[in-house]
Amino acid sequence: MSNKEQFLVRAEPYYEAQGKEVALYEAAYHARLPVMVKGPTGCGKSRFVEYMAWKLGKPLITVACNEDMTASDLVGRYLLDANGTRWLDGPLTTAARIGAICYLDEIVEARQDTTVVIHPLTDHRRVLPLDKKGELIEAHADFQLVISYNPGYQSLMKDLKQSTKQRFTAFDFDYPEASLEARIVARETGIEEAVASQLVKLGQVARNLKGHGLDEGISTRLVVYAATLIRRGVAPTDACRMAMVRPITDDADIRATLDHAIDAVFA
Amino acid sequence: MATGFRPVTDARQRQMAHPQAQAWWQALDCGFAPVADVFEECLYEALSSFSKPQMEAFIEAARYIGKLGRGPEPLLAFLEEWPAVVAAAGVDQQDLLPSVMSAIRAMQQSPNSKAITPFLQTLAAVARRLPSADQLRIYLDIAQDLMARSSGSIHGHHTTFPSPALPEFFAQAPRLLGLLSTTGLRNWTEYGIRNYANHPERQVDYFSLQSADSHAVLQRERHGTLFADVERQLDLYLRALWRDSEQLVPYSTAQLTSGELRKPVPYYDHLGIRVPDVFDDVRGVTGLDRYRAVLAHMVGHRRWSQAQIADNWSPFQRMAVEFFEDCRIETLLMREYPGLSRIFLALHPRPQEAACDPQTTSCLRHRLAMLSRALLDPAHGYGEPVLLDFVRRFHQMLTGRESSTAESAALALAYVTQTRRQSDQLAKIHFDDTVIDYRDDNRQLWKFIEQGDEEEAFDEERRPEPGEELHGLPPRRYPEWDFASQTYRPDWVSVYEAMHASGNPAEIDRLLAKHAALAKQLKRLLDLLKPQDKVRIRYQEEGSELDLDVAVGSLIDFKSGATPDPRINMSHRTDGRNIQVLLLLDLSASLNERVGADGTASGQTVLELSQEAVSLLAWAIDCLGDPYAIAGFHSNTRHEVRYQHIKGFSERWDDTVKARLAAMEAGYSTRMGAALRHAGHYLSHRQADKKILLLLTDGEPADIDVSEPGHLRADARKAVEELAAVGVTTFCLSLDPRADDYVRDIFGKRWRVLDRIERLPETLPSLYLELTR
Ligand SMILES: Nc1ncnc2c1ncn2[C@@H]1O[C@H](COP(=O)(O)OP(=O)(O)O)[C@@H](O)[C@H]1O
Ligand SMILES: [Mg+2]
Repeated sequence: MSNKEQFLVRAEPYYEAQGKEVALYEAAYHARLPVMVKGPTGCGKSRFVEYMAWKLGKPLITVACNEDMTASDLVGRYLLDANGTRWLDGPLTTAARIGAICYLDEIVEARQDTTVVIHPLTDHRRVLPLDKKGELIEAHADFQLVISYNPGYQSLMKDLKQSTKQRFTAFDFDYPEASLEARIVARETGIEEAVASQLVKLGQVARNLKGHGLDEGISTRLVVYAATLIRRGVAPTDACRMAMVRPITDDADIRATLDHAIDAVFA
Repeated sequence: MATGFRPVTDARQRQMAHPQAQAWWQALDCGFAPVADVFEECLYEALSSFSKPQMEAFIEAARYIGKLGRGPEPLLAFLEEWPAVVAAAGVDQQDLLPSVMSAIRAMQQSPNSKAITPFLQTLAAVARRLPSADQLRIYLDIAQDLMARSSGSIHGHHTTFPSPALPEFFAQAPRLLGLLSTTGLRNWTEYGIRNYANHPERQVDYFSLQSADSHAVLQRERHGTLFADVERQLDLYLRALWRDSEQLVPYSTAQLTSGELRKPVPYYDHLGIRVPDVFDDVRGVTGLDRYRAVLAHMVGHRRWSQAQIADNWSPFQRMAVEFFEDCRIETLLMREYPGLSRIFLALHPRPQEAACDPQTTSCLRHRLAMLSRALLDPAHGYGEPVLLDFVRRFHQMLTGRESSTAESAALALAYVTQTRRQSDQLAKIHFDDTVIDYRDDNRQLWKFIEQGDEEEAFDEERRPEPGEELHGLPPRRYPEWDFASQTYRPDWVSVYEAMHASGNPAEIDRLLAKHAALAKQLKRLLDLLKPQDKVRIRYQEEGSELDLDVAVGSLIDFKSGATPDPRINMSHRTDGRNIQVLLLLDLSASLNERVGADGTASGQTVLELSQEAVSLLAWAIDCLGDPYAIAGFHSNTRHEVRYQHIKGFSERWDDTVKARLAAMEAGYSTRMGAALRHAGHYLSHRQADKKILLLLTDGEPADIDVSEPGHLRADARKAVEELAAVGVTTFCLSLDPRADDYVRDIFGKRWRVLDRIERLPETLPSLYLELTR
């Protein structure tokens, strides 16, 4: 099973717990319950799952879902080669076979008819039928299904089916509280805590506009980007404009307001 | 019902699709086919935002406009634009419609009726640029001023020529307001009137923006950041940086033609945050940043200031508290966003240490402005030791904490005490470099016992013990009208406030017992007047409770197969009297005179009778539940007018109040104007539909330092006018049988002379009931 080795998370990912999520996740894993991690973009969902895989010592297979994805992209397909056809397991199948944690990131990005293939894996049968191949895989004892999902999406089209939701236990994530977020940014990038706090303050300013011109505020990920630029010698005001303001909006009034906030924060 | 011949095509006969619309159409009574064509569509738009009474007012106004004799256009414009005007202004229709209608009437009654259509056609576009009732009124004022000054003035003829400018002005108004503030519009208009009043053609060129100088003046007046252009950014600013989502309401920087010349200052109240409609760039700060500074400052108050009770503080002390508190909240604001200090410090004046001469001038303001600078600016550079000491104490107070308004106030008082100078009392005040224009007027920082709300006033320790005089506090100063020169003498009269001394409350109970029969009579009247608190509103689809009668009827309809009426609920509305009254008693020496039933000087004194009357009145008003206050006054020259609180609005009719009434004493003179102004000051701040100042006096205004008799009388009349302007109705009950002359002079129609003084106890309460029925 050398296949398994390549999916192991080798180094400990840096993860700051926001609450009891680590212990709760462990409990869910031990019962092999499917887990859904909800929260806005860039708030640490993926980092958390990565950390848990490391902590549990299990392989992690991550699939970034997208609109064009089909069930075959998850389950597997026949490929043509010189000798005719050859079956290739998809990531979900691989995970079920080797006993990995399969993390379907941003699952709502995938079309709903795609996501139904996970259903048989999420109930007590824990099986995955490979219809095209005529095979029924029993999931490995270590296999677990984890999905992430951003409920803040404005689009009504991008929502999980109730029948899908009903199969998961769930965590509600949000951007960490200010001092914790500053610590994360500082640790993650090596920037001074004071500067990290200023960046976080800006992030919060933008988050106040959620629903008032911004679908989401500035993510922790973008705050980390800004800090990274500053670490590389970019002036803080420039770094903030580039990493935190320009990416999130084209609305001139909001830009002007956030630019002003940058100047107000960095006197 | 009109009879006789009617063309078949009469639009009045037009059938509307909906019966409701049909009813409104009939109410409109309009024979124009083009109006009939669009009526229903307009109606639905109006119905989506107006209540029933508003609809009635809307249709009533439309009906008037349809009958102006100017064809269907004005009415079409009105029907199509009006709901949008109200929506854009963000006010109740009631706040706008009367002024718009009076503008229309003014045009109709002058030869300017042709301008009504363009006026109505652009009104919605104008309202979108001037989104407050206040600004729209200024717009109407500018238009009416233009109309008055450009109509028929050619070669001194009577107003027979219509204003050539007016229709053009209305047509251009949206464009002009896209570029100009109300002040700019006023100036641009003024230039046109001044230069072309006598040249109809050139006037038209100017007001239709066709002449070169019209454009030049437009460019000259086009400056600053208009609120309308940055409103969204300011909303975003408040929300993003301060998590505040209060409504922003612009006020006009232009003045009404008739208005006093006072520069308005930002403020906030329960209706929103009030900011000017334009800000110019100053000292390297953009207009937008000035708005932000103003908003940040008020946010600071909203977050960190606690209202203080103002009554016991002198104006000087209050001013100092405001300076310290403004600096405290700004310090906290800058802590949150250090970049704000750039804006604050650029806007904050930097007073020169030697600029104010304490020998000749009151320097307190100047001292405080310097201190304010020093509290915010580490690089202030002042060397005065007391200032430095207070800067240090201020920072100590705020180190690592938010501190509080109370602590600011304590520090401010210490400062006032330590730096007090005799010359602070001088009338000449140093103003240069002391105005910090991004700060609000601090009205929210103070609560007055006289207007405090019931609960607060009750559970707070709020005033000195009854009878304890408020010694040593500087007075409040009022102007006095100089009849001879027709000008005000500024800060002429000093009014000292005090709590009235206390006596034995049982005495008042005894007086009331004495008038038990009278009280019983009054009680009957009172019950008639007493508000029927709850009024039932029947036939509601949704309401607070089921209306059984109707419900049963509906059920029967339903069972018998008829369509049941769904309006089976009822609700209630309170129908209270919304009156507040302040009873002001003249406590001058003449009250000590005795009156006998037979005119001999043997009976009770006027003072005793007044006591009885006031007690009965207080009891009566208390039964009615109208909020009221009682105060007395007398004077001893302009330097000493004493104003004594007997009952505050928030106090109950209880022993404390009775005790003060019992101790009523008479002495000195009657400087009426100052007392009226001071009482009016309290009343004008109250919220009520009707504010009444009821004055009880026994003679004409007089004081020992005034010899010419007409002077104080003229001043009192002026005071009454001032109060009327701020919504306070003054009524005088005089006990001087020879009062008619001067009382009429002062109070116009609002007075009564009581010639049988001994009947005062019954007259005063019934007078009040009559007045407020
Ligand atoms: N609790 C946390 N501990 C450590 N890093 C975090 C945490 N939360 C967010 N981050 C930082 O934010 C970035 C984005 O987080 P990520 O997990 O990719 O977001 P998501 O999956 O929610 O979109 C991470 O790369 C990491 O730098
Ligand atoms: Mg203030």
